Amino acid sequence: MSRVFVAGLGAVSPAGWNVAALREALNKGEPLPTQTISRPGWEKPLPARLVPNPAVRPAFLAHPRLRRTSPITHHVMAAALEAMAGLRANPDLKFRLGLVVCLQSGCVNYTCRFFDETLKDPATASPLLFPETVYAAPASHVAAVLENISLASTLVGDPSAFLQGVALGAQWLDENRVDVCLVIGAEETNWILADALRHLERPAILTAGAGALCICREPGFSAGVELAAITDAHTFSARLSRMQAARAMRGQLGKSSAGELLCDGTGDSPRADAPELAAWRDWTGPRISPRRILGEGLMAAAAWQCVAACDAVAAGKFAAASVSLVGSNQQAIGARFVRADSGISHLSTGKSIGNIPS
Amino acid sequence: MFFPLAPSPTSPTRVVITGAGIVTALGLGWKPNAEGFRAGRTAFRPVSLFDVSRQRAKCAAEVDLPASPPVSRLNAKQIARLDRAATLLLLATCEAWRQSGWEPAENLPLVLGTTAGGMSLGEAYFRQATQTPRSHRLQSTRAVHYQPQVQARMILDALGSNGPVTIVSNACASGSNAIGHAWELIRYGRAERVLTGGYDALSELVFSGFDALQALSTTICRPFDARRDGLALGEGAAVVALETLESARRRGAIILGELIGYGTSIDQHHLTQPHPHGDTTLAVMNQACAVAGVTPDDIDYINAHGTGTVLNDSSEAFAISEWAGRRAATLPVSSTKASIGHLLGGAGAVEAVICLMTLREQWLPPETMFETPDPACKFPIVQKPRDARVNVALSNSFGFGGVNGTLILRRWT
Repeated sequence: MSRVFVAGLGAVSPAGWNVAALREALNKGEPLPTQTISRPGWEKPLPARLVPNPAVRPAFLAHPRLRRTSPITHHVMAAALEAMAGLRANPDLKFRLGLVVCLQSGCVNYTCRFFDETLKDPATASPLLFPETVYAAPASHVAAVLENISLASTLVGDPSAFLQGVALGAQWLDENRVDVCLVIGAEETNWILADALRHLERPAILTAGAGALCICREPGFSAGVELAAITDAHTFSARLSRMQAARAMRGQLGKSSAGELLCDGTGDSPRADAPELAAWRDWTGPRISPRRILGEGLMAAAAWQCVAACDAVAAGKFAAASVSLVGSNQQAIGARFVRADSGISHLSTGKSIGNIPS
Repeated sequence: MFFPLAPSPTSPTRVVITGAGIVTALGLGWKPNAEGFRAGRTAFRPVSLFDVSRQRAKCAAEVDLPASPPVSRLNAKQIARLDRAATLLLLATCEAWRQSGWEPAENLPLVLGTTAGGMSLGEAYFRQATQTPRSHRLQSTRAVHYQPQVQARMILDALGSNGPVTIVSNACASGSNAIGHAWELIRYGRAERVLTGGYDALSELVFSGFDALQALSTTICRPFDARRDGLALGEGAAVVALETLESARRRGAIILGELIGYGTSIDQHHLTQPHPHGDTTLAVMNQACAVAGVTPDDIDYINAHGTGTVLNDSSEAFAISEWAGRRAATLPVSSTKASIGHLLGGAGAVEAVICLMTLREQWLPPETMFETPDPACKFPIVQKPRDARVNVALSNSFGFGGVNGTLILRRWT
């Protein structure tokens, strides 16, 4: 049986540009303050939690490929680099890197800008904007900056698809197609997304950012966390309600042991949260709900759940952590991460990962 | 469970195709498409779906949708919510489903590639939100149904089935990558059968985007022609039913062909331009051949990505010529985008089904508008309709962002 370890974590959120800021916000347990986004044609702006500007301009923005990119690419890039920091600390380390980027709304800023220009006059719509509208753009930019990516894919879905991304990365590792795989969930905010969210889940507050897991086969490069399970995808259908799908996912994750953490996906919307709350009604252990603190970050929020779960296990606070993802319109899917011996201190030995000699 | 992974079989499982559905501007279904591709017909006409009066290019390959969608298990409310892209997808799916003889199931993986999903719904949302911001009519429905995973779920409902949905969005390689991913799921023992394919509908935003990039032809789409001046857009969908050879034999299913190789990689050269010498294309073709256990000598036909843009075709021509070596001089190549345009997320899937047609019916699809070969082409472009012995066919797909895919299919006899 293949084993998959977590080698690094990365996060960009309304709390800041790293995992430490995410951790601090979650530990505090207070919902972050909200800001507003103005919506064309309305006097009243829409609430949102915006990603603050980084304290220092990220060095990666100097890369020529990132010159005209939109915030989602910046989020993806920052999370990727943070998750890879341990492995990149040793430049002699050679490995084949895979990349899975998961998105729900994707590159909405440039899409809206470009379509707006098209409606005004297509003859003058900017050719610089259009390529940045495609779902695959952030993955392309990350690949160009990191250079050693040999396999990449972008998956689209509701937030639960983030764990499908992790499963795809695990599959690539198992098939020995890559030695290390980055799995990133990301989003960006704009008025049209905030508007759509108001239609669908009025109490939810839109936010954005990214979360990244760097996974590998080599136990020596574990950051102290191992992937233990990802459930089946329980796809909603005419015959499987969200409630039933959430229960089926919960059933597959099994009974928890004492001292385990639940990282759930509930937020501020009683209607949307009801199936997940029902599925975990019997949970008596500790629980964190990143969406309640950070907001509705769509795919980024799902990634933050996984990052928070792994971070708590890596820090030794819990022996295991379960992640519950009951998506908005696709499926319910869960995962379990457990403590593993940390091998991250071996990163400076110049050892190679997988089959690639250093 | 997605993880832990089930142990892979000791030797990779053989994967066959037992159903195929296709919708392009040449027609709805296998027969009109096979007749059209065999004859090298072109399906371009002035765009009627949106205003192109201020665009450089004026034509595309639009599909004539039927008056009503195919018979399925969708109810009237669901049918009313099908946008153009979902309708194309449903048409292709129903054809593949009927042909496969599969029964509804609760664990049928569905892997689809698309670049835009329900973009027309997104466009409508934007228009209403900006032009009549006080009106909310239909906005909630649009916000949900423009999402490709919702369209995919609708397809499963139409079939009376359920199962994990995976949406791959690697730009114009999406369809190829979706089929490749589905193939890997079966090959490594993670599924016995998978329904897979790709789709995209014409949309104003995407048309305008390619027009703004000056990537659209203002004359005729002529892939690999020295005088080519750009691509033409099309729309459509293709879906294939993949299953293990063992499963197909057990059911006594008609096997249309075997999928024997897949390769994928990422070209880091530029967001929208391939490496000038097609380095990654070369690598991915080699990768697919190694997996399939074939060499260029075994390939009887290449359905090239061949968009008709200057940069794509010269890069791909370099790669094919280098990869094929001496075989290049006699290796037939064509791009069926000359007939139906570039289907973006649907392209790789549609072109895989065209390869299946060449294997089943033993002909090669010509580019009838092709005149003057690009000097980088060391291979012959199929220019006239002709019968041919085709045992193994290769299909290339490349996308914005650099992700690419090569599929290799073998005739089933």
